[in-house]
Amino acid sequence: MKQSEHRDRIPQSKDTEWYDLFSRGARDWLRHNEKIRDSVKQHLPELIAGSDVISRPDNRTLRVPVKLLEHYRFRLNDSDQKNGVGQAQPGKVKAGDILRPARGLFDSAGRQAGNEPGGVQLLLEFKIDDIVDWLWEELELPNLEPRPGETLVDEQLVREGWDRRGARSRLDRRRTLKEAIKRRSVQDDAPDFTNEDLRFRQLAKRQRPAMNAVVFFLLDASSSMEEADRKLAKAFFFWVLQGLRRQYLNISTVFIAHTAAAWEFSEEEFFKVTAQGGTQASSGFALVLEILETRFHPSRYNAYLFYASDGDNFIEDREPSEAALEKVAAAGNFVGYVEIAQTLSDALDTQMSALFQSLLNRGLRVGSYAIGGQEDIWPGIKKFFNQQAQHGAS
Amino acid sequence: MKRNSYCGPLEQLAHDQGLDFYPVEFEMVPPSFMMEVAVYGFPVRMPHWSFGVRYIYQLVQHRMGHSKIFEVVFPGNPGRAYLANTNTIQENALVIAHVLGHADFSKNNLLFQRAQEQAGYHVVEQAAAHARHIENAASAHGQERVEMVLDAALALEQHIDDNQTLSRLPYPAHAPAEDPPPAAGFRKRFTSLPGEVPRKVKGHEHVRAPVPPHPEYDLLWFIAHYAPEMEDWERDIFLAVREESFYFYPVFSCQIMNEGWASYWHARLLREARFLPNDHYLDALRAHSDVVRPFAGEHEIALQINPYHLGFVLWDRLVEDRGLDRARRIMQEEDDFSFVHNYLDEELAAELGLFSYSAKRCGEIKVNDADINAIREQILSPRYHFGAPRIGVTQLRTDGTLDLKHDAIADGRGLDSEYARKVLEYVHCVWRRPVEMHTLDERNRETVIKVGIKSH
Repeated sequence: MKQSEHRDRIPQSKDTEWYDLFSRGARDWLRHNEKIRDSVKQHLPELIAGSDVISRPDNRTLRVPVKLLEHYRFRLNDSDQKNGVGQAQPGKVKAGDILRPARGLFDSAGRQAGNEPGGVQLLLEFKIDDIVDWLWEELELPNLEPRPGETLVDEQLVREGWDRRGARSRLDRRRTLKEAIKRRSVQDDAPDFTNEDLRFRQLAKRQRPAMNAVVFFLLDASSSMEEADRKLAKAFFFWVLQGLRRQYLNISTVFIAHTAAAWEFSEEEFFKVTAQGGTQASSGFALVLEILETRFHPSRYNAYLFYASDGDNFIEDREPSEAALEKVAAAGNFVGYVEIAQTLSDALDTQMSALFQSLLNRGLRVGSYAIGGQEDIWPGIKKFFNQQAQHGAS
Repeated sequence: MKRNSYCGPLEQLAHDQGLDFYPVEFEMVPPSFMMEVAVYGFPVRMPHWSFGVRYIYQLVQHRMGHSKIFEVVFPGNPGRAYLANTNTIQENALVIAHVLGHADFSKNNLLFQRAQEQAGYHVVEQAAAHARHIENAASAHGQERVEMVLDAALALEQHIDDNQTLSRLPYPAHAPAEDPPPAAGFRKRFTSLPGEVPRKVKGHEHVRAPVPPHPEYDLLWFIAHYAPEMEDWERDIFLAVREESFYFYPVFSCQIMNEGWASYWHARLLREARFLPNDHYLDALRAHSDVVRPFAGEHEIALQINPYHLGFVLWDRLVEDRGLDRARRIMQEEDDFSFVHNYLDEELAAELGLFSYSAKRCGEIKVNDADINAIREQILSPRYHFGAPRIGVTQLRTDGTLDLKHDAIADGRGLDSEYARKVLEYVHCVWRRPVEMHTLDERNRETVIKVGIKSH
């Protein structure tokens, strides 16, 4: 009897409080999410290409809806007919009753997916800056060095040292107080502050590399560039810009599309532009040059130009193009040419790439990248940044 | 806060009624804990991301109010029972009686007895020890590698052979000596020709036995012992998962009997409990009818059966018709397969309103002709072979290739090839040699799924 009296009290979990403190389910759930993030990371280039994130300056995040991971087990093929046992009030159901009618053909296809237990979906949010950091680590891309020799410089005032005299606005109160305490600790009956205690911050002029940059994205908008081609160009542009952002404090973007003439666009409009007409790349280069000189003067800005095209250009336009490009290349840091090729075998075998090749041979800072599909974007980006690092070092 | 309960008097009553069980340690835990036990199967179990996915589904379901878990009980000596601390005292009267029914079942049912004799009477502690072991492995070898092993081991969780014992010796290295066929009749006249020196029979001890000597269905054991390049700690993980599966097997294959038995006894004990005030009895009875009912809510038709209800009705009938002693014998000696085949008869099925139906791919669900065999078969078919397709190792080739064969004839159709390939990829990660699976494709043609074979 005694024992059963004792057993009247069932221990409460507050005797063993760890249940409340630690959830195995939550831990394993977090691990699952981590695995999802890892697998999403591997597919980022494709994901980025679909979204409109290139030039938005801050709080840039990428939202990716994902399905929960499945832990696979052996299971049988679906059969056309599944049998089961149900239960009903006796007499309520008899043989041949249809408990649920057949669905329409269209519905059944849609429903089947919906019936899967994949109902819970995650919306993962990635910070673009984090993504770029991962990628730089993963691809072992170099960080860019400033241009040697002719490096653009800004003057900058930096704090440097203290003085007993100075403008009132630069009074360093913390430092002044310290001095006062030091003095009072050795004096008896001392006043709280004296003029001797005052300390003022000093400023000095320093030179630092210019942190302003402008990136021109020039797109061949003629009808031969298809939707898929634009997406590739967009993805390439995006990653180039992200890499440059790591280097420069302030970065501006200019979007230009050209056919036989050239226009500047906002980012949203830029990738939607389609136009009829021939291809005269020189019109685009001329507009770049004009904007560069009026709004982003090369003495204050590091300038980059990226040009995406399928490589066709009017033969007559070759000379004006070459002249304009030469000027841009001389004024800016780099000119990159992205050739969107249907098949990689005949890539870089076009008018435009011949032009870039000749510029390269003359020692100008240019580079060409052939891109046939998503998988070529990374090698292209990698090549670009490695080239940049070499230019910087040489 | 001291919470009064009917624990002591109910235990006394259960003994008086002839229940025979090891002591049970009760503990009140928050619903969150109950939910985790439902997900993991143990209060403390090895970490794996797949439990996290199940946890979220459970959480969503719980939030929507679909499931309330009153108790979880683990067999052993002592048995361990966890009760939700949100249960009312009336609900707990019912739940404690229910737990005692389970305790009686797990001490006396032969399948449970066998599992406990082999694995010991402390499954909860053992699972926790496995968890600790695996967490140590993770810190020694890295989480990724441990996860890779668990991906494979847990995917094969159901693939044990319950006819074998938990600890098994490796196959004999050499084929058993085979007696030469006895010469008789016509042959006898030529076995020894005049003047012939009798040929020396090749020593059998030098004939290597094939591995495995017969199709091996205990995949976890086979891989743990015969994987060519597995490390010891990886083998340990496989064996830990296998040990837990040996515990889960009787729970799985006696579900209808076990839940029915516990439900029968909670109803009976409460009926006999004179110490229970009348209003408490009525409240407890309400909880009983919430758990032991064939349909959810207002519905009058359910497309699946409630094992609590089916088991309860079967036991109630058995005790009434054949007496308690005979019912106890059945409880000890049978499992769900024989239980349903032997005691669910046409009359009872009609009384319960059981019917079998066919659901076509187009969504139509049609009630079939009343046929007791079809009903029994369809209740049991998801429970055969631990609920998994029958897959055996047929051959360990000299180059280390693992040959698996799916018994598509017994299962009625082939494996889902996409899923099979994913599982084989898990297995390949620990087997580290090619893995092949022979099965049937969607059109019932023979097919081989190969993983780990270099294409050039």
